[in-house]
Amino acid sequence: MARILDRRDVLKGAGALAAAVAATPLHAQAPPASAVTEELIQAAKKEGKVVYYTSIDLPMAQRIGKAFEAKYPGISVRVERSGAERVFQRIGQEYSSKIHAVDVVNSSDAAHMIVWKRDGLLAPYVPEDVAKHYAAEHRDADGTFASFRATLSVMAYNTNLVKAEEAPKSFADLLDPKWAGKIVKAHPSYSGTIMTATFQISRDLGWEYFEKLAKQRIMQVQSATDPPKKLGLGERAVMADGSEYIVFQMMEQGQPIAPIYASEGTPLVIGPNAVFKAAPNPNAARLFQSFCFSLECQQLIVDFGGLRSLHPQVKEKAGHKPLKDIKLMKEDPAGVEKQGDEIKKRYTQLFKV
Amino acid sequence: MTLALPAQKEGRRTFKVDFSVPVLLTFAALLCVLILLPISWLVMYSLSEVDPATKERVFTLAQFRTLFSDPDLVEPLITTMIVAISSSVACCLVAAPMGWLVARTDMPMTKVIRALVTASFVTPPFLGAIAWEILAAPNSGLLNKLYRFLTGAEMDAYLFNIYSMPGLIFVIACYTFPYVFVLVANALDRIPGDLEDASSILGAGTWTTARRVTIPLVLPALLAGALVAFLQAMILFGSPAILALPAGFHTMTTKIWSLFQYPPKPELAAAASLPLLFLTVMLLRGQQMILGRKGYSIVGGKSGEPRLIRLGWFVVPAMAFVVIVLMLPVFLPYFALLNAAFSPIATNLVTSATFTMKNFHFTFFELSTTQLALKNTFILGAASATIGTVLALVISYATARKAITGYRVLGFLATAPIAIPGIVLGVGLFLAYTRPPFVLYGTLWVLLIAYITIELPAAYQQLQSAFRAVHPELEDASRILGATRLRSLRDVTAPLLRTSVLATWCFIFVSTVRELSAAIMLFTSETKVVSVLIFDLKESGDLGAIAILGLSMLVLTFTVVIFINRLPGFGSSGLRNT
Repeated sequence: MARILDRRDVLKGAGALAAAVAATPLHAQAPPASAVTEELIQAAKKEGKVVYYTSIDLPMAQRIGKAFEAKYPGISVRVERSGAERVFQRIGQEYSSKIHAVDVVNSSDAAHMIVWKRDGLLAPYVPEDVAKHYAAEHRDADGTFASFRATLSVMAYNTNLVKAEEAPKSFADLLDPKWAGKIVKAHPSYSGTIMTATFQISRDLGWEYFEKLAKQRIMQVQSATDPPKKLGLGERAVMADGSEYIVFQMMEQGQPIAPIYASEGTPLVIGPNAVFKAAPNPNAARLFQSFCFSLECQQLIVDFGGLRSLHPQVKEKAGHKPLKDIKLMKEDPAGVEKQGDEIKKRYTQLFKV
Repeated sequence: MTLALPAQKEGRRTFKVDFSVPVLLTFAALLCVLILLPISWLVMYSLSEVDPATKERVFTLAQFRTLFSDPDLVEPLITTMIVAISSSVACCLVAAPMGWLVARTDMPMTKVIRALVTASFVTPPFLGAIAWEILAAPNSGLLNKLYRFLTGAEMDAYLFNIYSMPGLIFVIACYTFPYVFVLVANALDRIPGDLEDASSILGAGTWTTARRVTIPLVLPALLAGALVAFLQAMILFGSPAILALPAGFHTMTTKIWSLFQYPPKPELAAAASLPLLFLTVMLLRGQQMILGRKGYSIVGGKSGEPRLIRLGWFVVPAMAFVVIVLMLPVFLPYFALLNAAFSPIATNLVTSATFTMKNFHFTFFELSTTQLALKNTFILGAASATIGTVLALVISYATARKAITGYRVLGFLATAPIAIPGIVLGVGLFLAYTRPPFVLYGTLWVLLIAYITIELPAAYQQLQSAFRAVHPELEDASRILGATRLRSLRDVTAPLLRTSVLATWCFIFVSTVRELSAAIMLFTSETKVVSVLIFDLKESGDLGAIAILGLSMLVLTFTVVIFINRLPGFGSSGLRNT
């Protein structure tokens, strides 16, 4: 417990963060790229398993696990899925009790990487694909994490309940009284996607937007993956935020749902992957990390998952609006890291839960 | 006596030292650690904070000031009171007439009705809450769809909105009414027929007798039931987390839980736990006072079978009432879960064209935590039930037979955890076992301790009343023939009590499997149990997997209970509610 509290104190005094981030490049010392060697595979097989804490939607996460198990028989993947903020809390709680269960982590709140790295919990490890293909802004200068996935936090509507021409076009449209009681929304204290989106929206539109939205009798769910599912059930007509990739998945299944890219801009959410220093299965962790950034896995998360990849060789899926054609809000993990606690607090005051 | 003889032979050969005193003292010490450790930490945390300058823990009342002044904490407290009172009243309004119909009238199929009430007890409340989302969410709920289909009402019209205070009260009442029902029905079973006969002989009609004799006699049990229902509603975590949060309000339990989310405020969580603890203690005192008076009611020894009231044509509305009441916690939710399990979309009725095994396949062949959670749940259920039963057996023996001095303290300690709501115990255990000397967090042990502590009081009360029914002369005979106390307990008393022991074992097993509120505070990724896994899935909206897991959990529970009851050498014993 004491450790968690200490960290919170550090978080509060995060003014030092800017300095820390600025200072990083001076010591930037990423290890050389690591190829998947036969030696690594054998060592990983000896360990026999890898534990993946992730905030990615469960079926997608399990599909990644199955693909890995198929490629490297004898190593099983155990997925521990929850919202990114929960995963962060879980790791904090476990580490403060000296429980080192996590091998590889994926978080949709990129700010978590800053904290873990600062606490010295992450192992420097650069998979070959990352070194070869990923742009500098998508890999940590010290090689402790890289951008595994990207998605958008979009608005969306149920096409049976709302006609395309009547659907809201912007965040401001959601404040129209006609949407009162018809909106579903996820929670920034649970979901990293929503935390990131709430940061960007409050920065660009101001908190007044949320103050007004809170009066629209929204249905409050937790995970960013849930609002699309609620639209699919027909439980609500419109969602104020949620994962774009789930919307894509559901459209492919023929469910009555369509995304909306708000005219004010759509929040971009990057979800990095990292290996923990104290990973109980260090070799399997590294092998899994390498697999995650391989073209094979990256294409899988795009094709099966509807996610966006930062691997330049991955082919964007037909029918998905390309990122360059979408007006995006600017991503800023350091900003989220600074304001995260305050955002949770304000949000809870406005929305009551 | 035939039972005692073999005991005597062996007893002579082996040992004569009476271990009972050290054994009982060990149990007393164990109980102290179990209960006092978490509670002390809870109190300590609620009265302190970490000084930012010195990093030392200093005394403060700041947590309590926040607790009673911050509207974010006061509102949940008020909400909790409203929910608990309303659902308690609702439980009584339903359970009392039903208990009366089953116990005192010639209503047909009373055995089936009692069994179905047991089924609603076995159903975890959080699973029921999820099932009721599928049934009565305002737009996608099956019942609301049916309503719109039948009335031709437009898109947004709905009959029920489960995401609301009345919705929450309703669902809580669905799964707490068995407590009231069992208390009332048992009390009615015990009322001797003579008293009612006397009333009839003196010229009172059926209804006058019911009003003047039966109802006053059963009132204490009803009040006790109302208190238990209030208590259950107050300390429930799963149902409000599932139904209240989407509607934008908290109860005390969900608030305490949210105080543990990042950034955690354990001091405030500890402080917020104490009012629940205090209220529970007060309520239980009240219950004891009411039940303590029951001695006045039934004078005289054994008497004739209670006279069953003939319902006549009234049996039709009575039966309709019972069927409707049982639809709510059992038939409708089970139907909703079955439908969700095999339908591609949880809230669409499954047809032969849309029937899918996708959810089944996903849950058992793709979801990597399923096996782990099922294994943990089973291990914890069986271990808690076994250890808890042994513990309760020894303690209730000591108190029923006044075996050691200070047996009253032992009895008190065994009953005390009843005053600790699961979520409060979770907070206390978390604080107590994440630090030396007992670093148990992250192991199954801490969950085992939680479950045993939570279930001990009910187990103890069941076995204590069972002990009272076995006359000590049998044990005395065995002791005279040379057996030690422990030996005669094992060879004489235990076999005589096997039905009760079995019932207690099943009771603890079932309660452990359905427990969520302590587990949600204490689990780690390696020690996940099914209830926590279901709650995880709920947060990401994976209804299909929830339905499959929930149904497997019910199958596991019913299978174990039936299997245990069929073990050779054991008589049939029903699942007892307390």
